[in-house]
Amino acid sequence: MVRAVEAPASSNLAGRIGLERTLALIARLRELGILLALAVIVLVVSVQTPVFFTVSNFEQILLSVALIAIVAVGQTTVVLTRNVDLSVGSVVGLVAFVTGDLLKEHVLGVPAAILAGCLLGLGLGVLNGLIITLGRVPAIVATLGTLNIYRGLAFLIAGGKQVSVIDLPKSYLQIASSSVLGVPTLIFSAIVIAAIAAYLLRYSRTGRQLYAIGSNPAAAEVVGIPSQRLVFGAFVLCGLLAGVAGVLWGSRFGTVNAGAASGLELQVIAAVVVGGVNIFGGSGTVVGAVLGAILLGTIQNALTISHLSQFWLQAIDGAVILLAVGTDAAIRSYFQRILTRTGRR
Amino acid sequence: MSALRDRLLARWETLLVLLLFAFLVLGTSLSPYFLSASNFSDMTSNLMEKAIMALPLALIIIAGEIDLSVESMLGLSSALLGFVYLLGWPLWIDIPLVLAVGALGGLFNGLLVTRAGLPSLVVTLGTLALYRGLASVVLGPQSVSRWPDSFTNFGFGTVPGTLLPWPFVIFAVLAVAFMFVLHRTWIGRQIFAIGKNKEAARYAGIQVARVKTLLFVLSGTLSALAGVVLTARLSSARADNGQGFVLDVVTATLLGGVNIFGGEGTIAGVVLAIFVIGVLRNGLTLADVSPDVQSVVVGALLILSVAGPTAVRRIRSAWSTRRFVQSAINR
Repeated sequence: MVRAVEAPASSNLAGRIGLERTLALIARLRELGILLALAVIVLVVSVQTPVFFTVSNFEQILLSVALIAIVAVGQTTVVLTRNVDLSVGSVVGLVAFVTGDLLKEHVLGVPAAILAGCLLGLGLGVLNGLIITLGRVPAIVATLGTLNIYRGLAFLIAGGKQVSVIDLPKSYLQIASSSVLGVPTLIFSAIVIAAIAAYLLRYSRTGRQLYAIGSNPAAAEVVGIPSQRLVFGAFVLCGLLAGVAGVLWGSRFGTVNAGAASGLELQVIAAVVVGGVNIFGGSGTVVGAVLGAILLGTIQNALTISHLSQFWLQAIDGAVILLAVGTDAAIRSYFQRILTRTGRR
Repeated sequence: MSALRDRLLARWETLLVLLLFAFLVLGTSLSPYFLSASNFSDMTSNLMEKAIMALPLALIIIAGEIDLSVESMLGLSSALLGFVYLLGWPLWIDIPLVLAVGALGGLFNGLLVTRAGLPSLVVTLGTLALYRGLASVVLGPQSVSRWPDSFTNFGFGTVPGTLLPWPFVIFAVLAVAFMFVLHRTWIGRQIFAIGKNKEAARYAGIQVARVKTLLFVLSGTLSALAGVVLTARLSSARADNGQGFVLDVVTATLLGGVNIFGGEGTIAGVVLAIFVIGVLRNGLTLADVSPDVQSVVVGALLILSVAGPTAVRRIRSAWSTRRFVQSAINR
């Protein structure tokens, strides 16, 4: 009886090693798949509505994607460790409002207010991390709580007021409208952040350890990876990047109220999941998540341009999340079946 | 006697009763209108949609899964009810239709979780967006507010001669049924078994996938029912009805003592927790605190309701380890 249970367990291990390799391959194929999907959408929509295929429209798409992409980089780091951060939308909103309010009331100068906004994001991430690692509260519960706490704080601070374009100094608003080396600052900062994160996740020791925690928490513990500290760090990074996005949010839109960026977390999670980041942790890339954000942004833009009802947008976010995880699961179980059937090693 | 006292004190529900009393005292001190029969009647009817959704959610969490899509199913049901009513269909067709759609939505969640093997967190996060999106596709930005008197009377009205709102009657019947099924029947024991150890439950011959799917169907159906109740009570069908309810529903379930990792929980605890949240929100409302700001307190309550017991358990196990080591040294 014992042997009968043991035998499949050991062949499962061999199967799993094969599976991990296959998953890495799938992840790379996934990025190609997204590019392919993008090409198809661009082609089809361009034929129907020529306005779509213009430099200025592509710039519009990338501008609206940039903020989501920055948050998605942080979310990717968290999801890799088998956690999730639902509070990112509220962090973006709270930071955007507080930064704007500080500037409106002339409490701080522009550079100091920007720094304060980023630090606020960092602090909110620290709080998330502490609740999850020190308080041992599952991330889903902890961040569902802070999603509402941070949003409530924004309403408490705002007290019905809002920040308008005329309240804000020009130099702050110019951040979003300026450009670096011919690339709009928003897009430029998203590229820089994603590139640094992609490099660190792929080549740094800490980066690899984050993958290890997600793919097998028990084994990571055994080889001496400080899991708790790294999970904490992932939430802090996620908070910081949401803070950066919040500062840029205020600069881009100018008008900020306490409800700013509500529901952004769903778009961010959709981007991450569509980008092939495994929701069970352990596999996926920042590049994938950014491509996922671009794909979703392009779909939304295409729908808006082809005058499809705005009401479809949220439904499509949801459908895309389900489609992406569904496809992942289907591919995974297909390969699992093949690998265990051939009894590889 | 002292053993009885210990057992009573150790129970989570006792703590909730104390918390409820504390909030009642707090509410009384905040506003002179708090301690009146009409305020309690209002407060109760305000709570009922969340309460109806918390019952099936408790079973789902006990079975080791989660359903975040309940508030969007409520919105979809409200929007759909408004849509079919505008078409001129009578309510006795509309309401069963809406409930059936709720069941289908729940079945969709359940099949994705049990047959496709997807994590319920992600599936219901997806349908949280999907069902809310479909609600605004169905009804758009309009609101439907011309309802027959019999329907709105059910929403506003109370049982003749009492101050008990009709929605409360529905909830009370459901709560008793849930209590009986969960704590007194083999179905309830199967749910606990699945949450405690899914594999062991499967080896014991429990059809884990079927039970879980049925729980999601139940959750979808009752969320749709909550949508009908809310539409009647507000006399308004809107696509954004019930937005943000998921916080209170999940908080009620976990504050009620349901273990987030599954396998533990009681309906009595959940019912008590619903009223704790209701009294808290009502008191804050009377003290002129806006609902959005109230969410700060409810969110903190959610985190504490999970962090608190965990901390107590860790301290206890640390103590017993120390006592064990101490006694070993002394020997």
